[in-house]
Amino acid sequence: MFLDYILLENTENNMSKNNLPLSTQQKVKKSLSSRYKKETLFRFFGLSALSAGIIFLVVFFYSVLSQGVSAFSQTYISLEVDFSDNLVVKNNKIDSIDSNYDAIIRSALRERFPEVKNRQDRRELYKLISIGAVYQLIDHLDMSPGDIGYRKILSFPTSSDVDMYVKGNIDRKLDESKRPLTNNQMMWIDELLEKDEIKMKFNSALFSNGDSREPELAGIYSALKGSFFMLFITLIVSFPVGIAAAVYLEEFAPKNKISDLIEVNINNLAAVPSIVFGLLGLAVFINWFGIPRSSPLVGGLVLSLLTLPVIIISSRAAITAIPPSIKEAALGVGASHMQVVAHHILPLAFPGMLTGAIIGMSRALGESAPLLMIGMVAFIVDIPSGITDPSSALPVQIYLWADSPERAFAERTSAAIIVLLGFLFTMNLLAIYLRRKFERKW
Amino acid sequence: MTTRDRIEDIETIGKPNVENPFISAKNVNVHYGDNHAIKDVSLQIAKNQVIALIGPSGCGKSTFIRCINRMNDTIDIAKITGKILLDGEDIYSQKLDPVILRARVGMVFQKPNPFPKSIYDNVAYGPRIHGLAKDRNELDEIVINSLQKAGLYEEVSDRLDESGLSLSGGQQQRLCIARTIAVNPEVILMDEPCSALDPIATARIENLIDELSEKFSIVIVTHSMQQAARVSQRVAYFHLGRLVEVDDTEKVFTNPSHILTQDYITGRIG
Repeated sequence: MFLDYILLENTENNMSKNNLPLSTQQKVKKSLSSRYKKETLFRFFGLSALSAGIIFLVVFFYSVLSQGVSAFSQTYISLEVDFSDNLVVKNNKIDSIDSNYDAIIRSALRERFPEVKNRQDRRELYKLISIGAVYQLIDHLDMSPGDIGYRKILSFPTSSDVDMYVKGNIDRKLDESKRPLTNNQMMWIDELLEKDEIKMKFNSALFSNGDSREPELAGIYSALKGSFFMLFITLIVSFPVGIAAAVYLEEFAPKNKISDLIEVNINNLAAVPSIVFGLLGLAVFINWFGIPRSSPLVGGLVLSLLTLPVIIISSRAAITAIPPSIKEAALGVGASHMQVVAHHILPLAFPGMLTGAIIGMSRALGESAPLLMIGMVAFIVDIPSGITDPSSALPVQIYLWADSPERAFAERTSAAIIVLLGFLFTMNLLAIYLRRKFERKW
Repeated sequence: MTTRDRIEDIETIGKPNVENPFISAKNVNVHYGDNHAIKDVSLQIAKNQVIALIGPSGCGKSTFIRCINRMNDTIDIAKITGKILLDGEDIYSQKLDPVILRARVGMVFQKPNPFPKSIYDNVAYGPRIHGLAKDRNELDEIVINSLQKAGLYEEVSDRLDESGLSLSGGQQQRLCIARTIAVNPEVILMDEPCSALDPIATARIENLIDELSEKFSIVIVTHSMQQAARVSQRVAYFHLGRLVEVDDTEKVFTNPSHILTQDYITGRIG
């Protein structure tokens, strides 16, 4: 449409209206305003495309940040706990089986709200504190056993519903049956808030825990470690293999039908949907080689298949970008082919290869579809300690949390996205830094 | 009758042969795919002499000198037949490694092409890969010596660590010459070494060629007939892949025997 318009306008301009011959200057003058009009129009299109992109980016960042930032803090209730009761001490050590940690927290809550007598109400009261508070209590007693037998003010994480309420994510005007907190619970929280006994602290659970059904206990550490292990495997497999393949194809392979076929196939491979690589990984790495499923090892291998074509293509581009005169110069003084490659081609192409590798790695970091097929889209509570332990990955964690109904998981989803984006930015910054550093040398 | 018709049946005239030839090419033919780039060229080159190859663009002079150090090997479609002897040894025989050949026959290219490394490393590259220096002192000596011979040392002596690319075009070309002579070759091939340089830099290189001819045999391809007249002892005129005339420089420029040579040096073709 737009092109038609340009063409039509051009033909009109070239015809003089009153059949008098026009001088070149007059013709140019006539066409000038329409030329500038087109330029302005083109600039406008370019500018609007650019601003649309920027607006989308800003909206995306704003929504993710505004939703996710609150997940980095967690609500805590200060309670005075009594370590003289409910603890069984044997041989100067707490017997963790016979000790009733739950009861310590419950009695602390009952002491704080002595007016709550009713059994039903008390049960509601206990629900204010996260079930993970028990572990915090155990940790505290491990760290400072001197507190046994004394009273102490400690702060305990609240349940996610309380957390949401304090952060203003629960509408208090809703009918009691439609919101997760009862009127009594809201009253107690308001009282605690008034007396400044509720505090916001940094949500360290988010970075030190694995996944959990309880939002206040769920963390990305296991996914983060899984992603790290996978990227490590991907890097050490695909970078050397990709560079070797690129150098061989560019420098040593004879140019014939077979090398043409390989080239076409590499380009096709880069466009293959990632889930297909997952199927391949399932068939080859898990069923054939017997690598444990859900492990970063198999995930890393699948992701290396995914990044290989990207690395090969960009490495080949980096090699072809080297002026042939450098190669001739080295050959001219008597360097062997291998010396030309090692002394000149590789060092000169390295920054470009590195860029390709980082682009491939960031693609791998954000990939979740192929992991579906190899059992990495799974509820993993334990922190993987090696490349063969079951683990998930950051994008998988985001996907799983986005699927959870609890309101508190929504903000954690955004928080995980922020962490993922943070890693992507860091990787890209590192790539730029390394590239600059290598380029300065030459 | 056009030039093209006449060329097909010409024999090389003049004096293609010399006493005690150092390089001698016999019936050399080069094909780039279907393109017959060099047709049956026979030429002998003496030691410590400068021979200039002249001729219009695309006449095969560059192709011919690239045969002497087997640089055409890097082009897949190039096919070379005939014989080239270097000091009596067939350079296209299976026994001779092109690496050894290129250490004996250095090359300076049309466009200055220093490595993106320091000036020192540029010159030291050849000696390093061939293991010509036992230690750092010896390498320093080779580098300084080569830079002096290339007439560049005084200009760069205080900045040997700087990138070779920081030099001017003329300096870069002299750096490339220093890099070539650092390996101490027997022959230096120069493929239009001054075509990218200004007249002052060109004059310096021409003086240098004069000095270098005392030690090396030099084959220079040039488009400038003045340059050929200034630096060479012999001139070979190529035309459409054929070697038309070879003779002493003075003879070719004052009294060319072939009409094509005459046309070219008087500016009627080229």
